[in-house]
Amino acid sequence: MRMNGDISFLKDGFRLDGRRPDELRPIKIEVGVLSRADGSCYLEMGNNKVMAAVYGPREVHPRHLQEVTRAIVRFRYNMASFSVEERKRPGPDRRSHEVSKVSREALAPVIQTSYFPRSVIDIFVEVLQADAGTRTAGINAASVALADAGIPMKSMISACAAGKVDGQIVMDPMKLEDNFGDADMPIAMTPSGEITLLQMDGNLTIREMKEGLDVAKRGCQQIYELQKAALIERYSRMGDLERCKNAESTQGIQVI
Amino acid sequence: MDRTDRDVVVPGDLLSENPRDSGEGTYVKDDKVYSLLYGLANRRRDKIRVIPLAGKYTPSTGDIVIGIISDITFSNWIVNINSPYEGLLHISEYPKRIETTEMPKYLSMGSSIMARVKDVDSTMKVELTLNDKRLGSLKKGRVIEISPSRVPRLIGKGGSMINMLKKELDCNIFVGQNGRIWVNGRDEDMDLALKIIHIIETEAHTSGLTDRISEFLKNEKIARS
Repeated sequence: MRMNGDISFLKDGFRLDGRRPDELRPIKIEVGVLSRADGSCYLEMGNNKVMAAVYGPREVHPRHLQEVTRAIVRFRYNMASFSVEERKRPGPDRRSHEVSKVSREALAPVIQTSYFPRSVIDIFVEVLQADAGTRTAGINAASVALADAGIPMKSMISACAAGKVDGQIVMDPMKLEDNFGDADMPIAMTPSGEITLLQMDGNLTIREMKEGLDVAKRGCQQIYELQKAALIERYSRMGDLERCKNAESTQGIQVI
Repeated sequence: MDRTDRDVVVPGDLLSENPRDSGEGTYVKDDKVYSLLYGLANRRRDKIRVIPLAGKYTPSTGDIVIGIISDITFSNWIVNINSPYEGLLHISEYPKRIETTEMPKYLSMGSSIMARVKDVDSTMKVELTLNDKRLGSLKKGRVIEISPSRVPRLIGKGGSMINMLKKELDCNIFVGQNGRIWVNGRDEDMDLALKIIHIIETEAHTSGLTDRISEFLKNEKIARS
């Protein structure tokens, strides 16, 4: 869907939003934002705003899905009807099924499911505002939420996309670049470089694909550092007695 | 905070190059030790452990837990033990011989019990027992819940924290391994106990906590008298 010559994506080496080709959008990560969930994370990646919640391990319903030797992992990706310009018809559709499936498969390899037989780990990702790359944002948020829930994992998972506009490979494409560019290639990986998600939409030569992979991997590494920093920050910030004293309340304690 | 002893780590962080250092919450890959959890890395007795900051209770044999009866079947009480797995208390594990029809008379739906985990099999079938003097139905006091990952901190090294609380608060406190706590005493003492337990729960990861709690208790007492 190239708009011939109407848009130029690069000007003096800078992109439409002022980024360099190998630069991420600004990322903001907040850990533990939902009190009912076992683990949660709110993440902004440019204009993407997503919320991830993790529940479990918990009992499996419906019962027939349960596995005797390991936990099952479920992932639900959902876009809010107000997350895009034209109202999105609420409810699951072909696209959200696909994103849920690939996201689950991006995270499941690192989760130690054998620790929790006959249980389920439920991951929910809600997209509040979409601006291209919501599946990568969702995976990044879910990975942080899983860690926050205390679920044993071999490593974290980070996800980032590479795109192609005006013949140039760019990191983490935003909406305009995704819609009117030539290709979009989201990946997810562990910090050691094992890829757990690789998709591509559009056309890339083998050489371009290799370059794109390289760019997206570098994006993942940067995102991993941010995820880690957000998790560590949470527990260095907390823990002064004064705050609790001033609160003078026993909220959060439930007498059964 | 001592950065070398208690570092916050995330899953996949490299902890050591020596596979023999691998303790709880870690795994070995290519002769290197990595963290499995988001928690505090702790080196003790030449093992590195990662103490989780969150997580569910996984039953293990010998644990004493506080459960709530959630269902009654022909010969078992189904017990909610604040875990992904439910506990089974067989009629024969009740200290007294009772008939099936009398089960609800002794332990009805919603009753709180202090029970021991008798056995856990590989499919996580959890069998409980009440056959011990210390165990049984909880008829007085209050039961509260904290995150099971905070239980070791609430007990403290060799029971230092919990013994201090019991003495200073003039309350009977029992901490179940599953994160449920039974408190019994005068109402105002229990109120204070709940408040303190809440502080310990939110600040479990900080060092010098026992001393700070002790100080806090002293001030509360002065304020009261």
